[in-house]
Amino acid sequence: MPTRFFGEPIKRAEDPRLLTGRGRYVDDIDLPGQLHVAFLRSPLAHARIRSVDVSAAREMPGVVAVWTYDDIGPCQRRMPLLIPHPDLTHPYTRYPLAKDEVNHVGEPVAMVIAESRYAAEDALEAIVVEWEELPPVVDIERAIRPGAPLVHEELGTNVAAHYVGIVGDPERAFAQAAHVFRERLVIERSAGMPIETRAVLAVWKDDEDLLEVWDTTQAPIVIRNALASLFGLAPTQVRVIAPDVGGGFGCKIMVYPEEVLVPYAALVLKRPIKWTEDRLEHFVGTNHERLQIHDAEIAVDGEGRILGIRDRFLHDAGAYTPYGIIVPIITACQLPGPYKVPNYHVEFRAVYSNTVPVSPYRGAGRPHACFVMERLLDRVADELGLDRAEVRRRNFIQPHEFPYDVGLIFQDGAPTRYDSGNYPGMLDLLLERMDYRRLVEEELPRLRAEGRSVGVGIACYVEGTGIGPYEGATVRVEPTGQVYVATGMPQQGQAHKTVLAQIVAEELQVPLESVQVVEGDTAHFQFGSGTYASRSAVVCGSAVALAAKKVREQGLALAAEELEVAVEDLVVEDGRVYVRGVPERGFTWAQIAQLANPLRYAYAGDLVVRPRPWTGPALPPGRQPALEATEYYSPPHATWASGAVGALVEVDVETGQLRFLRLWVVHDCGKMINPLVVEGQVHGGIAQGIGGAFYEKLHYDENGQLLNASFMDFLMPTAMEIPRMEIAHQETPSPLNPLGVKGVGEAGAIPMPAVVAAAVEDALRPFGVRITRMPLDPDQIWRLTHPAEA
Amino acid sequence: MNTIATERRVIRVVVNGSPYEREVEARLLLSDFLRHELGLTGTHVGCEHGVCGACTVLLDGEPVRSCLMFAVQADGHEIETVEGLAPNEAELHPLQRAFWEKHGLQCGYCTPGMLMVLKAFLAENPDPSEEEIREAISGNLCRCTGYQNIVEAARYAAQLLRQR
Repeated sequence: MPTRFFGEPIKRAEDPRLLTGRGRYVDDIDLPGQLHVAFLRSPLAHARIRSVDVSAAREMPGVVAVWTYDDIGPCQRRMPLLIPHPDLTHPYTRYPLAKDEVNHVGEPVAMVIAESRYAAEDALEAIVVEWEELPPVVDIERAIRPGAPLVHEELGTNVAAHYVGIVGDPERAFAQAAHVFRERLVIERSAGMPIETRAVLAVWKDDEDLLEVWDTTQAPIVIRNALASLFGLAPTQVRVIAPDVGGGFGCKIMVYPEEVLVPYAALVLKRPIKWTEDRLEHFVGTNHERLQIHDAEIAVDGEGRILGIRDRFLHDAGAYTPYGIIVPIITACQLPGPYKVPNYHVEFRAVYSNTVPVSPYRGAGRPHACFVMERLLDRVADELGLDRAEVRRRNFIQPHEFPYDVGLIFQDGAPTRYDSGNYPGMLDLLLERMDYRRLVEEELPRLRAEGRSVGVGIACYVEGTGIGPYEGATVRVEPTGQVYVATGMPQQGQAHKTVLAQIVAEELQVPLESVQVVEGDTAHFQFGSGTYASRSAVVCGSAVALAAKKVREQGLALAAEELEVAVEDLVVEDGRVYVRGVPERGFTWAQIAQLANPLRYAYAGDLVVRPRPWTGPALPPGRQPALEATEYYSPPHATWASGAVGALVEVDVETGQLRFLRLWVVHDCGKMINPLVVEGQVHGGIAQGIGGAFYEKLHYDENGQLLNASFMDFLMPTAMEIPRMEIAHQETPSPLNPLGVKGVGEAGAIPMPAVVAAAVEDALRPFGVRITRMPLDPDQIWRLTHPAEA
Repeated sequence: MNTIATERRVIRVVVNGSPYEREVEARLLLSDFLRHELGLTGTHVGCEHGVCGACTVLLDGEPVRSCLMFAVQADGHEIETVEGLAPNEAELHPLQRAFWEKHGLQCGYCTPGMLMVLKAFLAENPDPSEEEIREAISGNLCRCTGYQNIVEAARYAAQLLRQR
């Protein structure tokens, strides 16, 4: 019997190191002779720089260099626009150090390089900048009015992009609808906020002609390519390593100014250079997400079936658009969710403001989309006197309707085409777990009779995961018995070393411990784009599976030849390949790897194969001296995961506090490689989603000052605020990839604003309030329930 | 610049059972001292304003935030960090075993702080309820796990420790 590795809840290979303090995060690495960087960042949201005087700072003790824009050589060009889009008609990126203007608080203006971080920060205080203040643009609704001050004067507008997507005939659908309901829905600005901030350490190794960079990035190959191109080096002269990374959640995929400036300093000063972001810098120097304002309307027939949706929204792009308009595009494409929306008009404007730039944060436009769609459906249910679950059931795409085309082009340029799913089954499973009927008909009335403000909400979502372009992997069985696996994906806690090893162990039937996964190091793998968009297991996992399969075929062919039997007569089991029914006639994988390699010398002990009579080259044409394969997997389009959540909440009307009494989750990510890891991902996403529903809001004032740039003021949920989650899985395999898997990384974060809004609204029915803004907080709930006093 | 801050002092500490003597600037944080002077990088730094708890170490057995202390304040004291938790190279502490078993960590960044807080907590309360565990770790932020498996791990560790 083959041993099962795929699908098993196997403990993580990563953990012993991380648990004993032997993890290696960028700031853990100190190199001899290392210098430290501190950045002077703009204290103003919008200003011209009249002058920067760094002369006093240069004289400070321990200071080696102080640089402004004038001093940064090849870095004096604008940062790259990573993802262009035809509708992004007015893109704008920054200079690594501000040239003559700053556009948000936190924008880097000068850098000090000193013998210690303490000395570098001392010197920041000695830099004198003369500013000419410009009017800050913070409110994106005002920013699009005629005559509004401009973030970038030369663009002549604050609108970076205007996108219109139309499916079917929305105008006609609305004209013929039995009912039309409108909502204005807002989801506020937030951020991923990993506990590890960003850091970069760079060293120029003169003896090797090599620039070596450790970076907390989610995309080391992207950084390697950018640095090579910027500094005129061959890609092989730049090695970028993302070692252990303490959480990413999207904000660590970018090419940030610090990621080019620190390596540049290493090239110029010929000493190791380190920069580690502090938390305040992270708040104002690392990208944010979330703020969108939607004016949405839904047209339904008399039974609550969707005829059409029209949504016009504003998306806050922040000061620059380095990551294009990925986030609002995802919102636009994913808004229909698991429902049939035959007629759809979606339109957005991405608007510049003098705030930190916006790029994906876990969920990436989807929590917004789900919030809008689910709020509209709740409204339909309430207006038509239908059960909220029933309205969803009436509108689901049915299991036999896949593949299902939404009708819009997704973020990866491919069609928004759902590959598989079972949405009615998913909701049924959720309702069963919730004991929904009893909950709504007995439990809620009983609790309410006790005077408690309790409410139930449900929300459903889909997630386009596992997008291209491609990822690759090398799998090699070593003649010493280990299996080497290399990929271009780094991880920030997603257990790649474990799940990729499971895929290989399943294929080769070798012990998990023998599989060594190397990732996040451009010296080991050269092609790929990185860890984002819930794509690692799907795209990289599939590449690993293809490579492992090829190695298995190589091994079988060699063993068959050597044993003089047909491949079909061989079995692969217990780390060996042998003749069916005759286990002693066979080889271990290590022996087959030795067979593949016609060296003159034994690895240890006896040669597996005795010298043979001459028949030609030792390595005949077409043969390689290793059991090794490199394969790439490129998905045709995204594979669509889905889920449904239910919440029973209680609101304390006097304090405005929210408490989860129960929280149920049904999740479908196709085949699960490791259920332990899948559940962990769902848990984490849900917790961040709860943060985005009740706690986390980045608060800018009208001057563009971020008022809550600390963990004292930006509240992230602790173990006290996150309830126990009850998870059930549905497995609808993806037909698109060899493993049948779908992504899971972002899942949990998507439905939480929607479900919390639904449940709180249900709890506050006696007050007749509508929840149209996320996140809520105690103050807002109190105002909703005390309109007279508020 | 304040000269008192940069004045150098000699301090003596015992960390994970080993004595150290170092001359440090008065303003050097204990977290920076442990990480960059002693090379004990298992103690992580997440916010440097005492909220996230990643830098938690035990000072004479009590959990403290090493980012809120100067190294000079630790002069003469005993410190325990995550590197001192396992009894030897081959064996894990029950808390570490439990975190591994229950998938109590993902990126691993908050983990050392969680472990140190729980070590002190379970010494005081060997059989805690779920609510008590949640309160005990409520000063430590985790962004990956949603805390559920950390709570499971803490319960399991308590059980393992009681069986010892």
